[in-house]
Amino acid sequence: MSESLVHNVLVPFVKGLLTVILVATAAGILTWIERRGLGRLQIRKGPNRVGPAGFFQWIADVVKLVFKEDVVPSRAEKVIHLLGPLLLFMPAVVVLGLVPWGPELTLFGVTTPLHAAADVNVALLLILAVSSIGVYGIILAGWSSNSKYPLLGGLRSAAQLISYEVPMGFAVVAAVLMAGSLSMVEIIEAQKEAGVWFVFPGLVAFFLYFVSGVAETNRTPFDLPEAESELVGGFHTEYSGFRWAIFFMSEYGNMISIGAVATTLFFGGWLRPFPNVAWLSFLDVVPAFFWFAGKVFLFLLVYIWFRATFPRYRFDQLMALGWKALIPISLGNLFLVALAALWGAAGLKVLGAVLVLLVAAGLVAAWRRPARASVTTRMAAEKVEVRA
Amino acid sequence: MEPGLFFFWLFSAVVVVGAVGVVVMRQPIHSALFLLLSFLGVACLYVQARAELVAAVQVLVYAGGVMVLFLYTIMLVNVKRQRTERYLHRQAVPALGFGFLFLLVVGGVVVNEARALAGKAPAADPAALATTVIGSETVLGNTQAVGWVLYRDYLLPFEIASLFLLVAMIGAVVLGKRTMERFD
Repeated sequence: MSESLVHNVLVPFVKGLLTVILVATAAGILTWIERRGLGRLQIRKGPNRVGPAGFFQWIADVVKLVFKEDVVPSRAEKVIHLLGPLLLFMPAVVVLGLVPWGPELTLFGVTTPLHAAADVNVALLLILAVSSIGVYGIILAGWSSNSKYPLLGGLRSAAQLISYEVPMGFAVVAAVLMAGSLSMVEIIEAQKEAGVWFVFPGLVAFFLYFVSGVAETNRTPFDLPEAESELVGGFHTEYSGFRWAIFFMSEYGNMISIGAVATTLFFGGWLRPFPNVAWLSFLDVVPAFFWFAGKVFLFLLVYIWFRATFPRYRFDQLMALGWKALIPISLGNLFLVALAALWGAAGLKVLGAVLVLLVAAGLVAAWRRPARASVTTRMAAEKVEVRA
Repeated sequence: MEPGLFFFWLFSAVVVVGAVGVVVMRQPIHSALFLLLSFLGVACLYVQARAELVAAVQVLVYAGGVMVLFLYTIMLVNVKRQRTERYLHRQAVPALGFGFLFLLVVGGVVVNEARALAGKAPAADPAALATTVIGSETVLGNTQAVGWVLYRDYLLPFEIASLFLLVAMIGAVVLGKRTMERFD
């Protein structure tokens, strides 16, 4: 086989295939982690029958979903009904393909950079563009089902996704300002050169990115498009079997890609912690890919933690938060970061230190304020008797 | 056929099929989806012309923003699917006539230009368009190129245009508020 054929056809194909397989498998395993984790957080057990600690539960679920009947409502738009899940799943995979998972890798005599797509110099813009396509999957799924709840879910989600794309875009711009490039690889390199992860100067930007990311993936507390208590299943009420499974996979795929982009922009991507400190070089024993994967995994755990912690927003609260809080904050933050970036690496470090100190002070203040007594203690103090 | 040319024809076909679909489809949602297809095809053509920035912005703004709002409106307005409406109205004959005239004019210009340019070297090298000279160094990438042109060479027109857009936005909010108050 000729050299160019290997480089231009075979290698990209294998990488693309690996990305899809990775997303599908990770989504499966994540469901197990999520169910077990939620069980822990709610003091119950979670699935624990199939395999050790219930690990093979997700495989059993996949088998079930594949063999379930795939029902299409009789008056649904057949083609668009089919298109919905695909349009939601594709962006998740493509975004993950645009994020670098590590530096160059040599395998079977072929040296190739460790990301599925080429390192385009507008990668970050492309990521925003591709992920903005995902909303079509939800809208079309909701509309084509020819049913009221999905339609309402689709409309809600369209409004939500468009609103939260704006603060997300501004948060990303803050990272771009610090790095001075739109290429993902160069953003990582810039964090190495600056000697500081961009989370510290970009603390606000990271916060905005992550909150908007939770909203973009329709996760709790922003899971209004599929609010069970209001809209049955939301936009995927009329889906079943494998198509429903694709919706499920895309939710987890989107979580992974949001985590991957956040890792790259704010947590130094595949770099080990403190890449400039020489005596920590023993950390290089762990390959770059695992640093990257580990950081992304932490994000996913936070997602699950969020789900167990926060109650759902009301729709008008969600909109008010997006437009009246996040967007003004993101604009102000942009101004601050631009000033610091103008000053250079020193400016970024100073801004980072100031922000970290402010957060620490806030935490200490919250810690030292006397907590409100719990309901039971107050009831005991007021001598309220609970009648059996 | 060399791969570049093949993909050019492929993407062009996608754009044309999308554009025809917009007009031919009876359901507004289907028309909107074909328009989306057409936008994506145009973005692919931009990538091929090495204008990656324009391609990304095309997808981000038109496909990801404008079309979503279109779809949103169509879904709200057109919840009941109207299938009985007549496809061609009384304007069919004049529309066809004017369409043909338009095709004649545009086609004539295109054919003329193509004849004049046949055999000549392309006016600009796409690779050269993506480089900018800033001070003494040459920077690669059309984000920088567009940035320098917008914010240095044409700063004033750019700011005026953004002011116009702001005015339009405020105007839209005022008009929308007025109708909202009437219904309250």
